[in-house]
Amino acid sequence: MSIIVFAEIADQQFKKATLEAVTYAKMLAQKTNSSVVAVAIGNVSDAGLLGQYGANEVVTVAAADSFNAEVYSDILAQVAKDKAATVLVISNSYAGKSISGRVAVKLRASLATNVVDVPDTSAGFKVKRGVFSGKAFGWVNLDAAIKVLAITPNSFEPQNTGGTATVTAYSGSIAQAQTSVVSVNKVSGKIPLTEAEIVVSGGRGMKGPENWGMIEELANVLGGATACSKPVSDMNWRPHSEHVGQTGITIKPNLYIAVGISGAIQHLAGVSSSKVIVAINKDPEAPFFKAADYGIVGDAFEILPKIIAAAKAAKA
Amino acid sequence: MKNAYFCIPFQGISFMKILVCISVVPDTTTKITFTDNNTKFNTSGVQFIINPYDELALTKALDIAEPAGGTVTVIHVGGAESEPSIRKALSMGATDAIRINADATDAYFVASQIAAVAKTHAYDMILTGRESIDYNGAAVCSLLGEMLQIPSINVITKLDLDGNNVIVEHDIDGGREVLNTTLPFVGSAQKDLCEPRIPNMRGIMAARTKPLQVLEPAAAVSSGNYANFELPAAKSGVKLIDAENAGDLIQMLRNEAKVI
Ligand SMILES: Cc1cc2nc3c(=O)[nH]c(=O)nc-3n(C[C@H](O)[C@H](O)[C@H](O)COP(=O)(O)OP(=O)(O)OC[C@H]3O[C@@H](n4cnc5c(N)ncnc54)[C@H](O)[C@@H]3O)c2cc1C
Ligand SMILES: Nc1ncnc2c1ncn2[C@@H]1O[C@H](COP(=O)(O)O)[C@@H](O)[C@H]1O
Repeated sequence: MSIIVFAEIADQQFKKATLEAVTYAKMLAQKTNSSVVAVAIGNVSDAGLLGQYGANEVVTVAAADSFNAEVYSDILAQVAKDKAATVLVISNSYAGKSISGRVAVKLRASLATNVVDVPDTSAGFKVKRGVFSGKAFGWVNLDAAIKVLAITPNSFEPQNTGGTATVTAYSGSIAQAQTSVVSVNKVSGKIPLTEAEIVVSGGRGMKGPENWGMIEELANVLGGATACSKPVSDMNWRPHSEHVGQTGITIKPNLYIAVGISGAIQHLAGVSSSKVIVAINKDPEAPFFKAADYGIVGDAFEILPKIIAAAKAAKA
Repeated sequence: MKNAYFCIPFQGISFMKILVCISVVPDTTTKITFTDNNTKFNTSGVQFIINPYDELALTKALDIAEPAGGTVTVIHVGGAESEPSIRKALSMGATDAIRINADATDAYFVASQIAAVAKTHAYDMILTGRESIDYNGAAVCSLLGEMLQIPSINVITKLDLDGNNVIVEHDIDGGREVLNTTLPFVGSAQKDLCEPRIPNMRGIMAARTKPLQVLEPAAAVSSGNYANFELPAAKSGVKLIDAENAGDLIQMLRNEAKVI
């Protein structure tokens, strides 16, 4: 029996979400006495690294380099059959979401996306997943013999326990893609919002795009990513990829700093799972203060420089 | 090269048959609560709407089909209480509608039902929303792709056709990508694809008499069922920091909250 992990790679390194997925698989493997097999498709500089996080084996697949949902899901399903997999762990990233459904159908597996906790296996197999865009959680029973779980980034801390993995080359077939890539436009050097541990976010209270320098500076000093409220992206102050909330991206960082954002229910839906929330707003009645751990009432344009200075001083 | 494609929309398409999957969800302002010992979503007083992303999928489908003299069918898996939302889809311009009379909380079940219909209809294109804002599976698109053995492309922000050739731009982790595929395919709509259509009076009148077919569900295994729900733990209360000493926040985040 085995647990298969889809090991996502970016710039020839395993993504942090992959280390989380391997850690998750290891926790589950200990409960069910299985081995953890990671499948790494594409070039990666150190495939064996995943051993330190709990993988027993890393299957490397050289041929397919650019991501393709049909090809990747086919490879995963072949390895899963080959290794008698009972569970597949995939990150709930865009790439992960585009293959998890296809793999589930190929294996006639139960599928749960948006998973935020380790399964309850005391009676059957029950997982906790985010529903209603972060407004609630649901425990869902998965009945099929094989389960495909897409886990939300930042739900599990990667744990380096210092093990080793054998690295083997994939020997199955590689499907013919019906989709080809015309061009790719990656924002390089930036932490993807869904994976960021720290997020600094601005709302309409920031008055205009010209004032985002402060938001970016604070994010840079803290090593985080930037986000924004819906009206901010609607007005094109910021790219839509930064829009968080019920109709934007749902995020789960360790720290979310909301500046000049009122805290509307649709906004909170996407960010309320953050571990620690800081709200900065000039209106003491702003609803965000009810959802925050730390609050500062006042003018963002006076407060932000003070925080940036303190953060720089703390780093120095 | 890519721009050359985008300049010639829908060239050479004689007739398009498009299926759009519509889910019906609580209005975004809904305060979520549960009943029956936290085993059921409390629908009392809740206003239901077409899932916002599905309105984008429908609008795009109409923009493609109308100039080409094609048809757009909307399909929904759910109870009779969803019919006002289905009528709204018809008033936006859909040709006809299918409702599969079954409870839908599981993406696998929903996709199986839609696939069973699609298998007998030869649609050129199937569009869904990026995710339903209630159960958030973000799964129906890729499930359908595999069930129907066609390409599935998630989170589409731009979609153009040139004959059978499909050019889509979509979100990927940390950026965007342009893909090329051929009909038939299934795609999921993301913000930026288009602005949702608002039904006009003529559309609303016409929708009253458009065909809405109700089908009983095909036998399908559900892949999951909810045992219970829970609400996120409430915050213990906000700790206010004086604006004058805003810089103190950093020490608190470091020493107390331990997040930086
Ligand atoms: C269907 C639907 C879906 C939606 N989805 C989303 C979503 O996904 N994400 C989202 O964010 N919103 C969403 N919304 C919009 C949401 O309802 C709110 O309108 C929006 O979140 C408000 O954005 P904001 O807080 O930036 O702006 P505002 O509500 O205008 O708030 C600005 C805040 O800034 C404060 N402020 C002003 N000046 C200063 C200053 N100098 N210093 C400090 N504070 C200042 C004000 O006190 C105020 O609280 C959705 C709405 C609908 C109807
Ligand atoms: N009950 C349903 N009936 C028809 N289509 C649905 C239903 N539920 C979800 N969908 C479609 O699948 C998309 C993704 O839903 P989900 O996978 O549940 O997040 C939605 O945006 C709809 O287009």
